[in-house]
Amino acid sequence: MQSGGDSGAMRFPHRHLLAIEGMTPDAIGFLLDLADSYVDLGRSAERKSTLLRGRTLINLFFEDSTRTRTSFELAGKRMGADVINMSVSGSSVAKGETLLDTAMTLNAMHVDVLVVRHAASGAAKLLSEKLDCAVINAGDGTHEHPTQALLDALTIRRRLGRLSGLTVAICGDITHSRVARSNIHLLGTMGARVRVVAPPTLLPTGIERLGVDVFTDMREGLKGVDIVMMLRLQQERMSGAFIPSIHEFFRYWGLTYDKLAAAHPDALIMHPGPMNRGVEIDSEVADDIGRSAIREQVEMGVAVRMAILDALTRPLRGNQPQAA
Amino acid sequence: MARAVTRGGDSLALVNARLLDPASGLDAPGGLLVLDGRIADFGPAVFAAGTPPGIAVVDCDGHCLAPGLVDMRVRVGEPGEEHKENLASAALAAAAGGVTTLAALPDTDPPIDEPALVAFIARRAQEVGSVTVLPYATLTKRGAGKELAEIGMLREAGAVAFTDGARAIGDAQLMRRALSYAKAFGALIVQHPEEPSLAAGGAMNEGEFATRLGLPGIPALAEVIQVERDLRLLELTRGRLHFAHVSTEGAVAAIRAAKARGLAVTADTAPPYFDLNETAVGDYRTFAKLSPPLRTEADRLAIIAALADGTLDAVASDHNPQDQDTKRLPFTMASWGGIGLETLLAVTLNLVHNGALAMIEAVRLLTLAPAALLGQAEAGRLARGVPADLVLFDAERGWRVDADRLSSKSKNSPFDGRPVQGRVLRTIKAGRTVFQLAGRGPAD
Repeated sequence: MQSGGDSGAMRFPHRHLLAIEGMTPDAIGFLLDLADSYVDLGRSAERKSTLLRGRTLINLFFEDSTRTRTSFELAGKRMGADVINMSVSGSSVAKGETLLDTAMTLNAMHVDVLVVRHAASGAAKLLSEKLDCAVINAGDGTHEHPTQALLDALTIRRRLGRLSGLTVAICGDITHSRVARSNIHLLGTMGARVRVVAPPTLLPTGIERLGVDVFTDMREGLKGVDIVMMLRLQQERMSGAFIPSIHEFFRYWGLTYDKLAAAHPDALIMHPGPMNRGVEIDSEVADDIGRSAIREQVEMGVAVRMAILDALTRPLRGNQPQAA
Repeated sequence: MARAVTRGGDSLALVNARLLDPASGLDAPGGLLVLDGRIADFGPAVFAAGTPPGIAVVDCDGHCLAPGLVDMRVRVGEPGEEHKENLASAALAAAAGGVTTLAALPDTDPPIDEPALVAFIARRAQEVGSVTVLPYATLTKRGAGKELAEIGMLREAGAVAFTDGARAIGDAQLMRRALSYAKAFGALIVQHPEEPSLAAGGAMNEGEFATRLGLPGIPALAEVIQVERDLRLLELTRGRLHFAHVSTEGAVAAIRAAKARGLAVTADTAPPYFDLNETAVGDYRTFAKLSPPLRTEADRLAIIAALADGTLDAVASDHNPQDQDTKRLPFTMASWGGIGLETLLAVTLNLVHNGALAMIEAVRLLTLAPAALLGQAEAGRLARGVPADLVLFDAERGWRVDADRLSSKSKNSPFDGRPVQGRVLRTIKAGRTVFQLAGRGPAD
């Protein structure tokens, strides 16, 4: 790792991006600042940088994803990297050996950055132990989805000018959500007040120990909040086992204007996508241009991922800062 | 003695030892004489007139000489998983750990559910020779938890106790009938106490750590509920039941209360549950993925208290060899279990070093107590005429567990890298030295 005067290496001393938990406010702030500059680049006529020319980025997805994979692909290409998408279908993943076998193959290919999504918690960490390249966790089981939390934070910061002191309600299936965990860690680290709102069966044991306030009543949980962050309810959780029905879930925990009335009048609505309209969020609310930041989240996603690629490849590039 | 003395066995004079015999409570300096593979005499004055001529003399240097350890919960890899362990490698590991008698779990491939398979295990073990292998049989046919196995005939064939191994008997009616039926044969039933539906899908102890790691949890209550239900069935049937590897404060409390009510219940635990807690999982360390899962610090302390007050009757290694193919995986996909034969004594001695147990009590938990549970009257004790199964250990000697240097075929020790205090110097099986620590230099 390079050291010395470069503030990037000092502020972001990580080889991989595996989790938000454990990151300092300074490291998060650094990534968000860097991402801000990439938002500007993305909006300019010439969207390209050459920072990663000759570098290879592999998107290794063991789970289906359109938006995260596309977002990384776009980020890599805008920075001049060679981007390769590898999707490993469900059946061959069942045998876990595939994961380490794949790692060995990638090592032999001299990859610079690996973006990985996997259904097992800890999969990105396991790969990072076996690979020579930088690893970015694009979602590991129900553990973390750090780039989603970073893009959410960037969206909030650009809209409201800060993270510290805000009250954020994260609503829905907390138990099975890696997005929720990453956001809880990030927002808490940056000084926001975090609430989780969910049916009791979708609240994991000990969640309050992560520093959040726990609500099972949506209206109470939304009272006065600055941000309402909805989570996607996975198909397989919808009937019977965790909640009685979609119908009942939407009635008590679906975001409607009626429930939203409890929040701050200017409260921002967010969703990591893809949305289940009529399950966790009412269509009208989701499409409310004035209040919904859902489309903006997508734009921020590309910028955040460019910033991460920049930060993680600095040691490779001899720590040269961003070519502005 | 009803049994004929084995001729051709070895003879030894073990002098200058600290003799430990939990059966008589003996903890005193002295010597022990082995003739033809059996203990001929022992005590403070046994060599007062010198050692007999023509017999090899071992100077114990003041170290502890105890009955060979009796490990009541071991996976030997046979039949079906010989690539992870086999009887020969398990015997090596046992000898290195001071274990001279072990009970082999029956949920193998195929499961030990027929008299012929029990006989197979016994025969294979005899070929190995350096450790007595006592076969368990499954409590249910194929270990599938549906129909009772032939408990009477399996017992006649040599099965020492009945268990479905890693699988709990979840069906209450089946457990009731098993407890009831086994009474006719005085057969011991060993339960893996984990309510199956509450544990389903879990990968580690439920709680804050599991939530942070995004791993599905197994609540402590899964154990407590299974124990409490089984104790009710035990009360109803007036049978006899043993709980394996108890790991929770709640289960210990239930067993303590049941013993006070006079129920015929016993229980054991394993070193990970009094030496480690759930934080050992760390960053998805699959060697710390055990069944039952490592619990909280409060549970760990409760297990120690239960060993000290007799609520828990024995300590077993719960030796479960797994190879890289089953452990080098994402945590949820990795196999359960850790090896333990070679760390059983040292980790248990930690309880002596930190004052939780007297030395003689620690030795009892590892020898006499499990031998009694398995009906082995000649094992786990120092007595004239019993086979000279002995372990000589230096209780003070420190060493660091290095999984790569262990004898077991598999290296999945949850204690890898842990400094421990207490080292097996020599293991003697029927008078023959089956393990001797190489070199007597400074701590390695």
